[in-house]
Amino acid sequence: MEVLKIVTAGSVDDGKSTLIGRILYDTKSLTDDKLEAIEKKSQSRGYDYLDFSLATDGLVAEREQGITIDVAHIYFSTDNRSYIIADTPGHVEYTRNMVTGASTSQASVILVDARNGVIEQTKRHFFINNLLRVKDIIVAVNKMDLVDFDESKFDRIRSDVEKLAAQANYKNQSITFIPVSALKGDNVVYRSENTPWYTGKTLMEHFESIENQDVYETADARFPIQSVIRPKQADYHDYRAYAGKLYGNDLSVGDEVTILPSMTKTKIKEIQFFGSTYDTAKRGSSLTLSLENDVNVSRGDTIVRSESIPRSGKELNATICWMDRNPMRLASRYELQHGTNKIMAKIKDIKSVLEVQSNQQSHSVDNLVLNDIGTVSMQLNKTLFFDSYAKNKSTGCFILIDKQTNTTAGVGFIE
Amino acid sequence: MNRILENNPLENEAIHIIRETVAQFEKPVLLFSGGKDSITLVRLAQKAFYPATIPFPLMHIDTGHNFPETIEFRDRLVQELGLELIVRNVQDNIDSGRVMEEKGKYASRNILQTETLLDAIEEFGFDACIGGARRDEEKARAKERVFSVRDDFGQWDEKNQRPEVFDMLNGNIDHGQNVRVFPISNWTELDVWSYIEKEDIEIPSIYFAHKRPVFERDGLIWSAFDDYVYREDDEQVYEKIVRFRTVGDMSCTAAVESNAFTISDVVREIRSSRISERGARIDDKRSEAAMEKRKQQGYF
Repeated sequence: MEVLKIVTAGSVDDGKSTLIGRILYDTKSLTDDKLEAIEKKSQSRGYDYLDFSLATDGLVAEREQGITIDVAHIYFSTDNRSYIIADTPGHVEYTRNMVTGASTSQASVILVDARNGVIEQTKRHFFINNLLRVKDIIVAVNKMDLVDFDESKFDRIRSDVEKLAAQANYKNQSITFIPVSALKGDNVVYRSENTPWYTGKTLMEHFESIENQDVYETADARFPIQSVIRPKQADYHDYRAYAGKLYGNDLSVGDEVTILPSMTKTKIKEIQFFGSTYDTAKRGSSLTLSLENDVNVSRGDTIVRSESIPRSGKELNATICWMDRNPMRLASRYELQHGTNKIMAKIKDIKSVLEVQSNQQSHSVDNLVLNDIGTVSMQLNKTLFFDSYAKNKSTGCFILIDKQTNTTAGVGFIE
Repeated sequence: MNRILENNPLENEAIHIIRETVAQFEKPVLLFSGGKDSITLVRLAQKAFYPATIPFPLMHIDTGHNFPETIEFRDRLVQELGLELIVRNVQDNIDSGRVMEEKGKYASRNILQTETLLDAIEEFGFDACIGGARRDEEKARAKERVFSVRDDFGQWDEKNQRPEVFDMLNGNIDHGQNVRVFPISNWTELDVWSYIEKEDIEIPSIYFAHKRPVFERDGLIWSAFDDYVYREDDEQVYEKIVRFRTVGDMSCTAAVESNAFTISDVVREIRSSRISERGARIDDKRSEAAMEKRKQQGYF
């Protein structure tokens, strides 16, 4: 069964929750009891319309303040496939939420208020989507009803975003512009009569047309070991196999592989899953495999094809999105989690920080604060095998953990 | 013939999460209710470590108000799979006076479970509790992480959750903290039923249409079972063909009228349903924030 995950981003009051509620309503995904709750609540607040944001805003504080605080996941399906929408809030912790949502999404909706046009937040959302190399971007120009469905307002936003795209690093992004009114339902699921000048797809038609690829995309095969399976039952006395999830590409029995970091060469002997054996495992599969030679493999090691060994080193340059209230400071040490491997990293240099408004890189700073995106060089306590994020998403990213608070403080994309 | 392994993405994700849990924590446990979601978790855990056995025990917080069918099913499942089962009883805390039983028409032991759960976590030193909650069930659950950190009091700090990027899960915790793990976060109710159908997983009989003595209250169908479920004198008992869409206590789970006698009937029924799964949960009807409040207090 196919699942397409979409992240939505926008500033406070851009109408994200309303848009999602509208999608649910128009695709008939709201069940009667949920709809009834929305009708009641809208009435009690004295609205003459249905406040669809009530469908998604889940926490008490959110409903009280009419804002979204934390990433919410919304599920619906069409005859074609299932959808997961990660609704990411657009205020204080916007970068952190946006990165969280976008990292597992195949497509991204950026909401722009037709009255306000492209603002700093729009640029930030665009930049994060570009940094994460999200394939499909939809710029939904919302609240078109409040600008009398004026085509020139829409065109202006389109040309401003296209200027941003021209400066961006990752050029392979598909960007689609759609004029909508989430509140009134124009061009969300149903085509609007108010935008005769717009001949493109509605938002939902566009979703349905997106080609479904897993977010890690096709790359060299990478199999990070999660655990070693050694049954305690007597009849499996000599059994030893490696459990993990396969990224980037397929692996087959007989493939010549190398175990990292030991660089031991061997072959894949068996691919197994729940009592069955297979000749080939598709990327994305959780599986168990065994190797020809009796080699020493443990959690944190990675199995790769011998013809495609990743880069290695004790230094790393990466773009980092900082997600913690505690700033990242020069010379600080963090635990670096790369797949199933954990090592220590020390911040050697913070080379630049992105100034979102001007899209310029400022120079060398002493720390990165919450929501900052900067380029950093790090020293590692052990040799790490890695790819650039552009080449291989699964082995091209990592998280930084603050050992004092144990929180996930930052996410890095390797250059 | 070339045999190709290609599982559905939700199954791959769930198995990845269960394996990460065992690798990153010292004492995981699977919170087992006898409901379809935790039964699905058991199958996923079997697959994750096969041919080794599931490397953690199951734990059931027994309210004493469970459907007898669920308890029979639970005991048979652990015996067949050779699993370790821990049972802790809400009744013990009631008897010792630590918690007070609710009174009246809507009395339920649902909330009382939290205290027993937190005691058991402390008693065994569990640092990761794997649960079958799904984000599509309820609005507060929609904001839950896969690894959800709880403090010593089991409290959920919903405004300060760790970001989870790609599928890297950070299981670092302080001593005394524990993590609730939700491997089927991204599954919908229909996904679970479709999986049960495809995998041919056995589930308790109350999920299928059967004849049962019931009574009606507030437009919901309640089980008539006078030992556990309070009933007014004027609430007439009659027999009806019903099934249960979720399985909680008898006192907090309403039945639905149904002709779904087989698993494929159930899948068809869910596909065309206009009422949400928790629409028949009496415990959620208490207030709009009922689930959020219970979660903050350490509920599943």
